Amino acid sequence: MIELKNISFAYEEKPILKNISFKVGPSESLVIMGPSGSGKSTILRLILGLECPQEGEILIEGQNICTMKEKLKREVRKKIGMVFQDGALFDSLTVGENVGYYLLEHTDMSDEEVTARVTQMLGFVGLDADEILDVLPDQLSGGMQRRVAIGRALLSTDPSVMLYDEPTTGLDPKATEQVLNLIRKLRHERTIATVVVTHQIVDAISIADRFVVLLAGELVFDGGLEELRDSTDDGVDTFLGPFRASFEKVNRRQFVR
Amino acid sequence: MTCLSTTAKIFHYLEVRTVAIFRLINSRLKRFAYQSQELFYFSVKMVRAVFARPFYVPETLEQMYLIGFGSLYLIVLTGIFAGEGFALAFSVELADFGAKDYLGRIMSIAIIRELGPILTGLMVAARVASGITAEIGAMKSSNQIDAMVAFGIDPVRKVAVPRMVALVLMVPVLTIICDAIAIIGGYLVAVFVAHVTSTMYWSAVRDRLLFGNIFIGLLKPVVYSFIIAFISCFKGFSSSGGTKGVGRATTESVVLTSITILVMNFFITRVVFTLIKGWL
Repeated sequence: MIELKNISFAYEEKPILKNISFKVGPSESLVIMGPSGSGKSTILRLILGLECPQEGEILIEGQNICTMKEKLKREVRKKIGMVFQDGALFDSLTVGENVGYYLLEHTDMSDEEVTARVTQMLGFVGLDADEILDVLPDQLSGGMQRRVAIGRALLSTDPSVMLYDEPTTGLDPKATEQVLNLIRKLRHERTIATVVVTHQIVDAISIADRFVVLLAGELVFDGGLEELRDSTDDGVDTFLGPFRASFEKVNRRQFVR
Repeated sequence: MTCLSTTAKIFHYLEVRTVAIFRLINSRLKRFAYQSQELFYFSVKMVRAVFARPFYVPETLEQMYLIGFGSLYLIVLTGIFAGEGFALAFSVELADFGAKDYLGRIMSIAIIRELGPILTGLMVAARVASGITAEIGAMKSSNQIDAMVAFGIDPVRKVAVPRMVALVLMVPVLTIICDAIAIIGGYLVAVFVAHVTSTMYWSAVRDRLLFGNIFIGLLKPVVYSFIIAFISCFKGFSSSGGTKGVGRATTESVVLTSITILVMNFFITRVVFTLIKGWL
């Protein structure tokens, strides 16, 4: 459903991505890994059509998002839920207004109807609406902010794919587990594809069907967990580094799937 | 031999430095041209977005309040002290020619046509342009702008247009208030310091309240408000580099807006003065 074909992208003449190609199938869970500055987040921006590559094409259900008219792009984006790094919640709006943002902007729903939908969605992401509906995002913990962001993405779109940019970075282990559980729950209850960008290898293993590893803008690995573990590629080795020794200890069964 | 070698080294050094300087100038000029082109496209996009649905009326009203009411104290203070200072300086000079009674005329022309619009423009630029750029820049650096796009909302329409409309509606109102306050400030100096009679001052002020002066005095703030809106929103949307980048964009926004206002002030005065000379 998502296909990147020979993508090369540069920002102000600085190359960010070099000849990247991969596909994401329906209800597949792909994790894009790599060190900071390797171009992981840029891939999500490209999929969403926020940027366009200098070379190559990004196909969403067979259509190139970069050659689409803005109106059609908006339609395509309705099928893609995006959870930005740190949540990207609107800091001047309350949690309720953030989650119900799309409904308030694009529909004629009454305030009561929007509040009901928001309350239901906050419940789905494991938050108590009575406690947080009227508070500002900066009064929430990092983990709660990420879950609010997931709720906002779900209520704003009817996603067949969810994109997560570093969803667990900076969170404590408990909050990390809550967010990861939510990502897994979403994937299984709604059968939607998932693309997660992260450099947290343990988190990646717990949610991925397939892994893509980027190093300095180049794709050095594309495959499953077993292949990743057995890979002899120097680039993969550089990234996995000290983690490789304890790779075997990561028991996938400890995660609720 | 040594002397020749040293001379050659100096020439080589000078050549290298000269080439480097020209390269720097070249890259700066290219950057300026590119930014000007981007600013132009962005401005066109903003103007076109005004006429496209949805109209963000509550956001526009909020911005009108923030820009208009929020800048009022600044405009009142600027107007009163600028008017008093101006009247004080001119009353002394006019007294030498026995022409103190003309103070009202000078105040009327200078304040309505020049000082009022330019002081209001610069004050609003300092207060509002920095705020707009910083706010949009912060939204951009925290991905809030991208989030809007992801949810099908045009950030130019949602964020930039309400600010532009609010500026176009409020800056002329603020200018009128600044004009009035400055003329009152001039009146205080005229009556209590220069000992011009109240009647003489107000009738002189009224004498120069001509269509041409009022037209220029109201055209300028409209142009300035577009300048403030275009530059401050553009700088916010094009900021990059995190907190430091937002700070840089904010400074550039205020500097560029202020300079553009001063340059445009000259051209408007020159062009409009020629066109409507008969009404002045």
